[in-house]
Amino acid sequence: MSENGAVLLEARKISKRFGGVHALEDVDFRLHAGEVVALAGDNGAGKSTLIKIISGVFPPDSGEIAFQGEQIALANPQDARTRGIETIYQDLALADNLDVGANVFLGREPMTRRFGLPVIDRRRMRQEAARTLDTLDIGLDRLDRPVRALSGGQRQCVAIGRALHWQARVMIMDEPTAALGVPEQRKVLALIHSLKARGVGIIFISHNLQDIFAASDRIVVLRRGVNAGERATADANPDEVVRMMVG
Amino acid sequence: MSVTAAPAHVRPPEPRPSAWIAWVASARAWLFLALLVAGFEVWAQTSFQATFIGNIFNIRSIAVFAVAPLLLAIGQTFVIISGGIDLSVGFTMGLAAVVVSHVANLATPVIGDVPGLIVACAAAIGVSIIPGLVNGFLIAWLRVPPFIGTLGMFGVARGVAFLLAGGTTVPVSNDALSYLGNGSIAGFPVVVLLTIAAMLVLHYLLGQTRFGQYVYAIGGNRAATVRAGINVRGVTLRIYVLSAVCAGIGGILYAGRFSAGAAQAGEPLLLDSIAAVVIGGASLFGGSGTIVGTLIGALIVAVIQYGLVFIDVEAFWQFVVVGVVIIISVLVDQSQRKGGRVDE
Repeated sequence: MSENGAVLLEARKISKRFGGVHALEDVDFRLHAGEVVALAGDNGAGKSTLIKIISGVFPPDSGEIAFQGEQIALANPQDARTRGIETIYQDLALADNLDVGANVFLGREPMTRRFGLPVIDRRRMRQEAARTLDTLDIGLDRLDRPVRALSGGQRQCVAIGRALHWQARVMIMDEPTAALGVPEQRKVLALIHSLKARGVGIIFISHNLQDIFAASDRIVVLRRGVNAGERATADANPDEVVRMMVG
Repeated sequence: MSVTAAPAHVRPPEPRPSAWIAWVASARAWLFLALLVAGFEVWAQTSFQATFIGNIFNIRSIAVFAVAPLLLAIGQTFVIISGGIDLSVGFTMGLAAVVVSHVANLATPVIGDVPGLIVACAAAIGVSIIPGLVNGFLIAWLRVPPFIGTLGMFGVARGVAFLLAGGTTVPVSNDALSYLGNGSIAGFPVVVLLTIAAMLVLHYLLGQTRFGQYVYAIGGNRAATVRAGINVRGVTLRIYVLSAVCAGIGGILYAGRFSAGAAQAGEPLLLDSIAAVVIGGASLFGGSGTIVGTLIGALIVAVIQYGLVFIDVEAFWQFVVVGVVIIISVLVDQSQRKGGRVDE
């Protein structure tokens, strides 16, 4: 993977205040292609503020963001998505009453014509969704059932598959393994490895240190809105990370 | 911190209903309709040695009976699938009936029957769009709960309709309009043909277009639909306008059928239209429903109403029976939700 190692996303000296509160102050963050960075920190450390800035929910008060070497200003989450920065939410991801294909293509449905009328091409949605999920080794027996019939982990996989289908370069995963059973957690972690191999950069937020150590290449710790330290996961140990989190 | 102990919040696997239960659930509206017809047939045969469904007059009457509630119901289907409800349709219909009558009366002597009808219809549809726009704006932009927003429009449309009608019914004389209401083509009443046409258009919109897909998506998970970059507010606005336009068409056909516009034209039809949608398998929680289901629901309501008249039951029992059937349908839907949804 030639892109591996290239800096995909870089945030420099990001500050954000809400009223008088410094949510972030001069925070730096870097993500390479094919890298999984775990963003760790206690509640209120500024993790979600940083994520929201990177995913376009709101702009920083100061600081800059470069994506694939180009300075960007994100107007809204849609802007971030079209550039290839996707956020995978646990519960906000899918419409339960639609099938897998319809969810993967939600908002970008392919059209075809029948009897001269434009109609949604459901067969194509199903086939292409199946192809994407296959390449990620996500085996679903039935793609024509509403996704409510799927397990939490399978839905998570569908959401990730959708992001990948639309050429996401950066995936932000907020607690991707919470509320999942153990086999499902493993499945999601395996999926993260498979995305890595494709050169996708992943920002991984989790409270579960075991998952952080299992999945990430690097751990970035925030504390009270500032960088509290970072370690290559291979060189870090959990006690040290906890100490950085709580100060 | 161990991952070997399964956390308490693991989602349990949803029970898979057996195939035949799923089939019964998906076909329950059809079965209910068949049972109803059979029941009335048996009653008619045993009590007055007559046929209920074998009689073409009865079939025509049921079809004509079903038209107005069905028109309101197909619009209401979109609203309910999106997780909302439109309580204002009945009086939007009345408003349109009054407007079409007034405008036809003014225009017909000047420009003749057909142009007069066209102008009157355009005016009625134009006016009926207004409550739809207001509903959509209240619900999509101001996040007013649909129940409250459309209840407010129910009052407004009702008041305005009675004001425009001067508190009475407005007789109308336009031959083209009464042809719409009472004419027939090859034995098929024009109102029925027009309603079938409207139904086909809405069936296409709901099942085959992006708009229809987003109606389902909003009802399934509004937040996910927003996140998918869909203009949820715009879609919601269009849903309520569509519902109002259907009510407007209903008002025009009413004025044609009775040669008069009345503010209360659609008053009893709100119940019937919601009944048709939920009996047809839509969930009041949003996310499911079809036009075909609503058609069957409307036929069930019409068969109940016409059948009760046919077997000589006091007319007011119709409301009781339809109300009970609505409640039962919602209970069936809820019980399915608990056990993992099976219908689609």
